[in-house]
Amino acid sequence: MDLQIALLIGQDGVTSGAIYALLALALVLVFAVTRAIYIPQGEYVAYGALTLATLQSGALPATLWLLMGAGLAVTVIDGVAAIRKRDGRAWGATLGWNVAYPAVLVLTLSALSPAQLPMALQILLTLAIVVPIGPMIYRLAYQPVAEASVLVLLIVSVAVHVVLVGLGLLFFGAEGSRTAPLWDASFAVGWMTVSGQQICVLAASAALIVGLYLFFEKTLYGKALRATAINRNGARLMGFSPVFAGRLTFLLAAFIGTLSGVLIAPVTTVYYDTGFLIGLKGFVAAIVGGLASYPLAAAGALIVGLLESFASFWASAYKEAIVFTLIIPVLMWRSLHSHGIDEEA
Amino acid sequence: MSGTATRAMRLLAGMSGRSIAAVKTPSRGVLAGLVLVGMAPQFLPEFYVTLLNYIGLYAMVALGLVLLTGVGGLTSFGQAAFVGLGAYTTAALTATADLPGWLAWAGGSAWLALLIGLALTALVAVVLGSMTLRLSGHYLPLGTIAWGISLYFLFGTMDFLGGHTGLSGIPPIEVFGVPLDEGREIYYLIWAFLLLAMLTTRNLLDSREGRAIRALKGGMVMAESMGVDTSRSRMIIFVVAALHAAASGWLYAHMQRFVNPTPFGLSTGIEYLFMAVVGGAGSVWGALIGAGVITIMKQWLQDVLPALFGASGNFEAIVFGVMMVLILHRARDGLWALIARCLPASRATVALDPSAAPLPHRTQPSRGEVILEAREVTRRFGGLVANDRMSLQVRAGEILALIGPNGAGKSTMFNQLSGVDTPSAGDVLFRGRSIAGLAARDIARLGMSRTFQHVRLLPGMSVVENVALGAHRRGSCGVLPAAWRLDRDEEARLLAEAARQLERVGLAEQMHEEAGSLALGQQRILEIARALAADPCVLLLDEPAAGLRLLEKQALGQLLRKLRAEGMAILLVEHDMDFVMGLVDRVVVMEFGQKIAEGLPDEVQRDPAVLAAYLGDVQ
Repeated sequence: MDLQIALLIGQDGVTSGAIYALLALALVLVFAVTRAIYIPQGEYVAYGALTLATLQSGALPATLWLLMGAGLAVTVIDGVAAIRKRDGRAWGATLGWNVAYPAVLVLTLSALSPAQLPMALQILLTLAIVVPIGPMIYRLAYQPVAEASVLVLLIVSVAVHVVLVGLGLLFFGAEGSRTAPLWDASFAVGWMTVSGQQICVLAASAALIVGLYLFFEKTLYGKALRATAINRNGARLMGFSPVFAGRLTFLLAAFIGTLSGVLIAPVTTVYYDTGFLIGLKGFVAAIVGGLASYPLAAAGALIVGLLESFASFWASAYKEAIVFTLIIPVLMWRSLHSHGIDEEA
Repeated sequence: MSGTATRAMRLLAGMSGRSIAAVKTPSRGVLAGLVLVGMAPQFLPEFYVTLLNYIGLYAMVALGLVLLTGVGGLTSFGQAAFVGLGAYTTAALTATADLPGWLAWAGGSAWLALLIGLALTALVAVVLGSMTLRLSGHYLPLGTIAWGISLYFLFGTMDFLGGHTGLSGIPPIEVFGVPLDEGREIYYLIWAFLLLAMLTTRNLLDSREGRAIRALKGGMVMAESMGVDTSRSRMIIFVVAALHAAASGWLYAHMQRFVNPTPFGLSTGIEYLFMAVVGGAGSVWGALIGAGVITIMKQWLQDVLPALFGASGNFEAIVFGVMMVLILHRARDGLWALIARCLPASRATVALDPSAAPLPHRTQPSRGEVILEAREVTRRFGGLVANDRMSLQVRAGEILALIGPNGAGKSTMFNQLSGVDTPSAGDVLFRGRSIAGLAARDIARLGMSRTFQHVRLLPGMSVVENVALGAHRRGSCGVLPAAWRLDRDEEARLLAEAARQLERVGLAEQMHEEAGSLALGQQRILEIARALAADPCVLLLDEPAAGLRLLEKQALGQLLRKLRAEGMAILLVEHDMDFVMGLVDRVVVMEFGQKIAEGLPDEVQRDPAVLAAYLGDVQ
């Protein structure tokens, strides 16, 4: 291997590392606020990529039906709760977000011909379809067990993952898809050639990371989420509902996941189950940060990305095994640095 | 109690699988079931025998998960990989014609391959466990996901394991020279393995080690304070679960006579977990029910769903996933708990043998001997000095109270004394021996026993078993004797000791009730009985009167006086001045981490520094 190849592989690694970093941030966020280990995070990647691909092919993506179905389920459950409590006011908002919004979206998409729209609009539509599924999933699967142990939440996560992958197969079939390139350009920077795609990924990741930083540091909602992560009951007493925190967190996680899907779709063939492995690599990165530290998780993501691209150059058959075995020294290191008895085990 | 707390308690109780060992046992039903199992291959068509074979194999893996998840509060998604390890080990050893020279001795015999597979599995489980079990609970499942995926890819890429095509030509297992090469024949071996596994698991849970394993869900600090090595207990159940899986894999390989990587992937690992949770992770029967329901439903859904959806694929997973979420929402204990509720069986109580020989006692120190001593104990948290050169002594036959306003550092001091925390400077001496830095469980073994400010019991376990947990370090029988019921003599002695301590504190009547059903006052007394079961010479009580009603306080006071009269050294941290002043011999008062007064209750009550601390400076 000469320097040029190394640089090429390194570039590749950094680009995928940026995606893993985004996912790792989402995983750390969800775990901090809700204590759920969010295995289904990767599914948004697949749903995002495949929804965009379907839009570009001119058809209506089946994720729309999931949005409608999940919305209806939420409406029914909230409706029953509203009747029991004899309080119909909150239900109005539920109806708006879970029935009216998906219906408007379906009508709009049927009226337009999505394949003819500009790329930016297609991406916006993809986000509009997939992202609201996040809080719906929170309402349906997590909210009823929000106080349960980490173990129960983890099992719920795995169940949701299995359902979403199964639905992914039903919606998109077993065939993989790619989308049109985000930005078909390339630039020579010194010895390297940097593609427009890579610039898009890095710029979007950087923008998202900065945006999240500002959100958590400067806005009231961001601070409230941080407060919930530190002390749920304290945040509740300060008037910030943990249910709202959960939905907001799942909204952010879905946004990050879907955007990651949109970003990788032009260069990777995405299948209905691709998201899981990508999400797991985000997990390896998040574990580097102990599921708590954002900067360490981002650093871990870069390591995972680089390791993966070099492993696929030297020993492509063992690529996945090598990446997931990375978790072992990480766990060992964490284990050696942990002391005392962990009460919340 | 607030609504949330009640809800959390209920959820906890739900996941802890109420009364695992004392689960309703419909023994007549079990016998009828055994007869049915024995007869089944004689009258069922081949298809159903095969289905039952699969159910048996899956149930064995799910059983390991019952132990791990339902009882121990851990979980693993890598069980399918352990199944694969068992299956591939035997496949490689029995089906490869030319084993390399150094391995030639191991080839040819399926039974030898079973032993090697189990040994290999235990080794992998110990390595994985030692990396993840010291970390908080969610690292183990994440670690097992990674391990499951890695092993799956390795099965698929290694040439000597046949790559993705797999290995074929695996010979049948021979039992006394008879090859089991038909489904109807290996059926008996599979179900014998399963029933044996269920029996030994139930035996294990109903033993000293089993109580330690069940204590894992009651919080690590509590279990450690009772002398339980929680890392070891967690390792035990992880290894046992892995061994169950490997044995299932061995049977699977010789039933199919062929292995490839597909059935050992992560999605199968998840399916095993579904079986345990759907069936009921709190009971050995749950594994069987779960394996049965999931296997049969899968069979049926694979016929129905593709027709319904007009496409082929792994659609049954959608149904299983939704079912799983619903079960976790609505019936955390799984299907078995629903079935057990309908059975007329009576609740089995723990059998007690009052004639069992008493356990050996330590020689109690003579009255007046200094049992526990803190010397200049300082504990800093960053810049905060929570304990500043605190010294105190507790003697045999006296009650010392440690009091002080909120935030004075009493709880920190309690943690320094009980080994939950280590002082930054200074020393803690137990009967003249330094114990600063020792683990809580080692301190417990020396003869220091404690209760908790917030009662920490195993609510689903009977009162007497809860107390027996306190005597953990006075027994020594391990996992294997427990599994094969060779521990009954020691077990009877431990339970008899627990019963004696319950009589001593006046809770004999509640002996067989569930600990969670007692009133708070009784639960605090129960904690004292549990502490006494360790045969201690000093008791540390953390706010024993908190939340008690007047009569309960009086009963507690009487009990403590009685223990003092018997020569016990008692240290209590308390807020309730009325309770303290009428009861204790000496008082140590803390404020801002320092000792501000020490002496007889009357003296301390008149001390100006103490009055200032409690009431503010009187000008």
